[in-house]
Amino acid sequence: MSIIPNILFAIILIAGIGYFATNVKKLVRNIKLGRDVDVSDNTSLRWKNMSMIALGQSKMVRRPIAGFLHIIVYVGFVIINIEVVEIIIDGLFGTHRIFSGMGSLYGVLIGAFEILALLVFVSVILFWTRRNVIKLKRFWKSEMKGWPKSDGNIILYFEMVLMTLFLVMNATDVHFQAIDNGNVISQYIAPLFSGLTESTLHIIERGAWWLHIVGILIFLNYLYFSKHLHILLAFPNTYYGSVKPKGELDNLKAVTKEVQMMMDPNVDPFAAPAEGDSTEEEVAKFGASDVQDLNWVQLLNAYTCTECGRCTSECPANQTGKKLSPRKIMMDTRDRLEEVGKNIDANNGVFNDDGKQLLGDYITNEELWACTSCNACVEACPVSINPLSIIIDMRRYLVMEESAAPTELNNMMTNIENNGAPWPYNQMDRLNWKDE
Amino acid sequence: MSELIKVPTMAEYMAQGKQPDVLFWVGCAGSFDDRAKKITKAFVKLLHKAQVDFAVLGTEESCTGDPAKRAGNEFLFQMQAVTNIEVLNAYEVKKIVTACPHCFNTIKNEYPELGGNYEVMHHTQFLKSLLEEGKLTIEGGKFKGKRITFHDPCYLGRANNVYEAPRDLIRKLEAELVEMKNCKSKGLCCGAGGAQMFKDAEKGDKEVNVERTEQAIEVKPDIIAAGCPFCNTMMTDGVKAKDKESEVDVMDIAELIANAQDL
Repeated sequence: MSIIPNILFAIILIAGIGYFATNVKKLVRNIKLGRDVDVSDNTSLRWKNMSMIALGQSKMVRRPIAGFLHIIVYVGFVIINIEVVEIIIDGLFGTHRIFSGMGSLYGVLIGAFEILALLVFVSVILFWTRRNVIKLKRFWKSEMKGWPKSDGNIILYFEMVLMTLFLVMNATDVHFQAIDNGNVISQYIAPLFSGLTESTLHIIERGAWWLHIVGILIFLNYLYFSKHLHILLAFPNTYYGSVKPKGELDNLKAVTKEVQMMMDPNVDPFAAPAEGDSTEEEVAKFGASDVQDLNWVQLLNAYTCTECGRCTSECPANQTGKKLSPRKIMMDTRDRLEEVGKNIDANNGVFNDDGKQLLGDYITNEELWACTSCNACVEACPVSINPLSIIIDMRRYLVMEESAAPTELNNMMTNIENNGAPWPYNQMDRLNWKDE
Repeated sequence: MSELIKVPTMAEYMAQGKQPDVLFWVGCAGSFDDRAKKITKAFVKLLHKAQVDFAVLGTEESCTGDPAKRAGNEFLFQMQAVTNIEVLNAYEVKKIVTACPHCFNTIKNEYPELGGNYEVMHHTQFLKSLLEEGKLTIEGGKFKGKRITFHDPCYLGRANNVYEAPRDLIRKLEAELVEMKNCKSKGLCCGAGGAQMFKDAEKGDKEVNVERTEQAIEVKPDIIAAGCPFCNTMMTDGVKAKDKESEVDVMDIAELIANAQDL
């Protein structure tokens, strides 16, 4: 027997996994461009969040139809991939259905895979219909034009093709059909090929087998370029997601330091920084105008976003026709991060200022000022993404670095500064209500 | 209303060498906004009725810094926070109650890291605890059988997971509690949060408060109950915009309870 197919298989496998590994490295490097943030607290709660939200899909089912279909595709995806283990062993060693020796257990496994494959196929068709025929509003917002729209459909086509190939592969496997063990779905597909000779069937079976595994490798490598990364990143993202009450915004440490200096009469503002005190440079900028100013969890958020648009559909600003879309905030952050990553790749590992930034070139002030900080987007996200934290960090840059708040907000802030209330009332009149 | 109500201040307590059980944090809206002042007074009446030993900071109170922080001015926020914490700690305040979810959220969640550690309660939680301790009784009175829908303030609900305290109080009024399409964790914002209260909205095709008011009107309530002075303003404006002032009232939970007993 020729070993050429086995060698070819090994090469394809190594190339497929190798290229994916290179891109994962790039992904990790890009995420690490973000500022450091301490996420070492509440370990047990974090594990719980990950197992409930990512593994258990607890937030997906808040929208029952999409949630139910998603669980089928998710479970199907995870379980059917057990079959890939057999395919890899067969491919490398020239065996055929190496696990079939397990007897009836094999039948149960393959039978389950076949049922799931059919269910996944049907679910994916329904997903496609929701996007393209029913045209659910959230899939047709302005940020979903062009690539994001194609991306969503390409993923669905991939899944349809892979499931079809898996079932065709089983249906045309004469030996597998003859044993009649586990061919619960494929036995009904087999008759479609009944007129063909055994050698033709063998060619079709081999063709489906090869396309199936090559398809899986292509899909794996497609992830990095797609919103579909969530199938991997949902897990770390739900782990690192906030464990604080949603209403709590972080207190900027750099500001705390300055405020302490201002309030403490004993502090010498001209004192030289203590030995080894390197915070001086880190506090050079307040808030965020570009992706490097965000923390790495926010950047992980951006790569995790699968553009489902639940955030945007719950956003009060978006619902009332404002430009703000929390999903777009995440998509812009990822796009800019990718652009910065490519810039670094092209310049031997150093970022070369390209005169662009997240603020202005991607996200406009108008979007940022439309946010009511209501946390509906944070609540809606099925994988613990927090668009609000990015909005607030960018507002911080606008206000503290550029003094670019809307005039009315500047008035409000001046009032607080001068008389301790957002309106121009004297602090000495604070208790007047009791006598009115 | 021109009747005088007794509102002791922390300074007066201090002068007598005493310490109240709880500090009532009135907030800027509660102190200055004409509509919100009524909520403040209603709540004070309930505190007196339940014989709660309380005091306010009065002229020593200052904005928590919430709108500044959410507008992006972290400096101003922390200046306000540190100043307020200094005052609160000087009076050795342990427990704070407030009728404003924004003050509630800020003092409860954002002050501890800056040195301000207090037990903080929203007034609906506090009233519920008074009820449970038997210090306060709630009768339906004129609200018996009325349809009341509760608008969840973002900074009480989603921000801090308080959904039941205000609803429990409404049920005690023997009123019919009806829920809007979007309620509890899915509640729709009134449009005032994140410093929006103090500016015009960005260009769009509708005001957020009108959208929310429409959701409320859909369930045909007699009263829209609120638990936040800003939500109250937004919903009141929304009801006006929909020309429903004669049919629908917007009232704070504290006002409902106080009015039910003709306080």
